[in-house]
Amino acid sequence: MSKVEVFRQHHFVDVDQQHDASWLGMWVFLTTEVMFFGGMFACYFVYRHWYLQAFASASNQLDVVLGGINTAVLICSSFTMALAVHSAETGRRKPLVVFLLLTIVLGLVFLGIKFYEYHTKFVEHLVPGSSFRFEESLARPAEIFFSFYFAMTGMHAVHMIIGVGLLTALSFRARQDRFSPIYHTPVELTGLYWHFVDIVWIFLFPLLYLLGRHL
Amino acid sequence: MSSKPVVPVSTYAVVFTLLLALTALTTAVSFFDLGGGLNNMAAITIAVCKALLVILYFMHVRYSDKLTWVFAAAGFFWLLILIGGTMDDVLTRPLLSPETASTQSEPR
Repeated sequence: MSKVEVFRQHHFVDVDQQHDASWLGMWVFLTTEVMFFGGMFACYFVYRHWYLQAFASASNQLDVVLGGINTAVLICSSFTMALAVHSAETGRRKPLVVFLLLTIVLGLVFLGIKFYEYHTKFVEHLVPGSSFRFEESLARPAEIFFSFYFAMTGMHAVHMIIGVGLLTALSFRARQDRFSPIYHTPVELTGLYWHFVDIVWIFLFPLLYLLGRHL
Repeated sequence: MSSKPVVPVSTYAVVFTLLLALTALTTAVSFFDLGGGLNNMAAITIAVCKALLVILYFMHVRYSDKLTWVFAAAGFFWLLILIGGTMDDVLTRPLLSPETASTQSEPR
C-alpha cells in the first residue's frame, strides 16, 4: 500500500474523492450554521425596527473601541489559521504547530476581552433580569437589546471555545507529524470553521456596536 | 476541488491587510455622523466586503469548483429569503392593516 492509500477509508474510490466528500460535507455543515445564526440576525432586525430608539440607546452602552480591537484580533487569528493551512499544504510541520498555537492564543485573547466586556455589563446592571437598570422609558426594549447582545455574542463565544478545543487537538496531532501535503483535511476543515466564526463576528460587530451610534 | 492550487502567502497577506484596513475604516466612520442612513449603509457594506474577502480567499472558495460555490451561496441565499421575507412583512404591515400592527407598542 502506498503512503497515499494509508489515509483512504475503504468506502472511497480514492483519496481525492475522500477529500472532496469531507470538504463538501463541511460546507453543508457551515450552511446549517448560517441558518442557525441567521435566525437570530432576522429576529434582531425585526426588534430593531420595532424599538429603534431603545436599541440605539442600548447599543451606545457598548464599547466600540473594545469591539473594534476584538474584530482585529479575530482577523489576525483568521490570518494565522490561513497560514497554518498553508503550512500543512506545503508540509512544514514546525510552522504548522506554531501557527495553530498562535491561532489558539489569539482566540483566547478575543475571549478574554469578551469576558471583560461581559464583566462590565454585569457591573453596570445591563444584564437582562431583575437587576437590569436603564433609563425608565426605554428600559423594557433596552432589555430586549441586551438579550440579543448576550444570546448572539454568547453563541459566538461558544463557537470560539469549541474552535479553540479543535485547534488544541489539531496542534497535538500536528506535533506528532500526522499531517502531510497529501493528507491534512482536518486542518483544512477546522480552518473553514474558524473563518466562518470570524465572519459571524464581522457581522455582529457592526450590528450590535455600530448601527446605533447615529440614527 | 481536490487538486486546488496552494494559495501563496502574499495573497493571504494582502487580504489580511485589507481586512484590518476595513475594520479600522468601519470603526472610524462610526465616530462621524453622516446621517444615520449613510452610516448604516457604510457599516453593512464594509461587513459584506470583509465577509466576501474571507470566504473567497481564506476559505479558498475562489479556487474551488462550482459545487462549492453553490453550497457556499445556498446558505446566504437562504438568509436573504429569511431576512427579506420577514422584513417585508414587518415593514409593510402598518400600511396594509394598521390594526394588527400594534406589536409596536411597549413590550411586556
